[in-house]
Amino acid sequence: MTQYIIRRLLQSIPLLLIISIVLFVLMQLSGDPLATMGGRQPPRAEDRARLAASLGLDQPVYIQYIYWLVGNDWVVVRQDEEGNDVYGTRKGVIRGDFGTSYVTRQPVTEIISQRLPNTLILMLTAEVVIIVVSLGVGVVSAIRQYSLLDNVLTTLSFMMYSVPIFLMAYILMYVFAIQFRQWGLPYLPTSQMFDPEVGKTFSQVAWHLVLPVLSISLLSIAGYSRYIRSTMLEVVNSDYIRTARSKGLQERRILFVHAFKNASLPLVTLIGLDLPLLIGGAVVTETIFAWPGMGRLFIDHLSRADYPVLMGLLMLISVAVVVFQLLTDMFYTLLDPRIRYS
Amino acid sequence: MTADSAQTANVDPVDLQKNSEVPETLARRTLRRFFRHRMAVTGTAILSMLFAYILIGSFIYSEADANFNDTSISLNAPSLDHLMGTDRIGRDVLARTIYGGQISLLIGVFAVVMSVTVGITVGVISGYYGGWIDAILMRVTEAFLSIPQLLLLLVLANFLRDRVPDINLFGRELTGSVVVIIFIIGFTSWMYLSRIVRSTVLSLKETEFVLATRALGASDLRIIIQHILPNTLAPVIVAATLGVANAILSEAYISFLGMGVQAPTATWGTMLADSRAHIEDAPWLWFYPGLLILLTVMSINFVGDGLRDATDPRSDK
Repeated sequence: MTQYIIRRLLQSIPLLLIISIVLFVLMQLSGDPLATMGGRQPPRAEDRARLAASLGLDQPVYIQYIYWLVGNDWVVVRQDEEGNDVYGTRKGVIRGDFGTSYVTRQPVTEIISQRLPNTLILMLTAEVVIIVVSLGVGVVSAIRQYSLLDNVLTTLSFMMYSVPIFLMAYILMYVFAIQFRQWGLPYLPTSQMFDPEVGKTFSQVAWHLVLPVLSISLLSIAGYSRYIRSTMLEVVNSDYIRTARSKGLQERRILFVHAFKNASLPLVTLIGLDLPLLIGGAVVTETIFAWPGMGRLFIDHLSRADYPVLMGLLMLISVAVVVFQLLTDMFYTLLDPRIRYS
Repeated sequence: MTADSAQTANVDPVDLQKNSEVPETLARRTLRRFFRHRMAVTGTAILSMLFAYILIGSFIYSEADANFNDTSISLNAPSLDHLMGTDRIGRDVLARTIYGGQISLLIGVFAVVMSVTVGITVGVISGYYGGWIDAILMRVTEAFLSIPQLLLLLVLANFLRDRVPDINLFGRELTGSVVVIIFIIGFTSWMYLSRIVRSTVLSLKETEFVLATRALGASDLRIIIQHILPNTLAPVIVAATLGVANAILSEAYISFLGMGVQAPTATWGTMLADSRAHIEDAPWLWFYPGLLILLTVMSINFVGDGLRDATDPRSDK
């Protein structure tokens, strides 16, 4: 097992390098960060050259990539008035320096770490709701297979599965915020994390979480619950469950202890692969609900071609994807002794 | 079969012979199984209605109707004159859903054509030639799978959308951004296909019939196109069908975030994006395009599920 983990970790290094190269090249193509720096007027030619030199944008792409990756504190970037060599100040990604934003001149790590908790609050809450509800729905539909309830839930989940997140968000906003307000009922807030007049209290954030979390989770619940239903059905019809029944065990014990444990195994894979992608998927939800998370950050800095921030965000998510894949595989062997990696 | 069991089965011997003379072809069997799949039939029916809507609709409303604006009737609720109401500058929402739908479906289909082309090429080269080519291509595939598709799409769209000139297609003036969106969706969604194709090619290239073909002196290209690719058809068709739904959704997402198809060309996604300021006072602006996206994606998913079950050799219905 240890060997397997070490091998997987070693394999993920070239993978992350390829990802970073692909992303870096695409970034360089994706727009001109200097164009928006002088405000409305495009900068003059000599300002442009000076800015490009100070940001290192006058170098060829592969040099820029090397500086981004390992830093440039070993290179003479210019000479000062007295003719002394001046070395670069960047340490590079492998030493934890993601550079500074072109727009705000703040370190990228600082910008991202301000937003990361907000996205995590949103995503982890959504993930918990998704797991709890879809387990419930999936198990109930499996136990009562082909009953009216099962058919209704099946139809609903097939429809939900095809609803784009923004449509779901609009419908929820329209019903629970706009219509509820018109009917004089207590209505849900539709933007920001908290009411600035009240402050960032727990109840405020929880109240503001309801609609975004619902929009994210309803869609995933539809997919997950179908999955759980089919694995649960498979397990319920297996031999060891029949054995448990013939031993005279309580039906509830059979379902929730014997069957459920095995049926929930594939869910681990599903969650492990989905969780990091949810962070990326938050773009739409965060935009609609003005949630100050990483998705919004991405959109805001994309239009200004702020590569360092975009690269930082994308690499963070890619690393999360790769790490979660490994964790999922490891966790799976712990839960299911039938699987062995060599 | 003994005479005894034939009697108990009570099968007309003539019928039995007829059946053995004309064995059911794979295509016929697949079709029969597809049309027995209740959801697949529902999906096909809804999809046909949607096609009728955007095709017949374009004979009733001209494209000029869809772009005709009259600010004196802006944001009118649905009425007999404008069945789905009017938008911010008084354009007819119904006419715009017709022409927007054409673009949305066009993008969906062509993006999949592109992703299938890239996916098959990468998968075949990787699986057939193996070695270091395979190693590199599969690492690149993994790399693309590890980057969230939506974020990658946004980066590409932001760069490319203004750089392609407008084009003329079927007598319609389309902004170049349509081509860009097709290209980038295709470019970011080929990975699953290439993995499916690669694994099929890997197992097929060791089979006797491929060896025999090679012994007869067939070239690599001929072996791949004539003998290997037809065997990957079923999973590719299923993946491509479901891919259309995903491509339509992707277009809607990018357009919704303002990086997609540029005005004046409408798609269901851009119509939804334009309605953001009017969630409250003009719900018809987002409801109808949203409903159409939902119906399209849902029916394509149904059809894809049906195809998957119908082509699955393990199920014997």
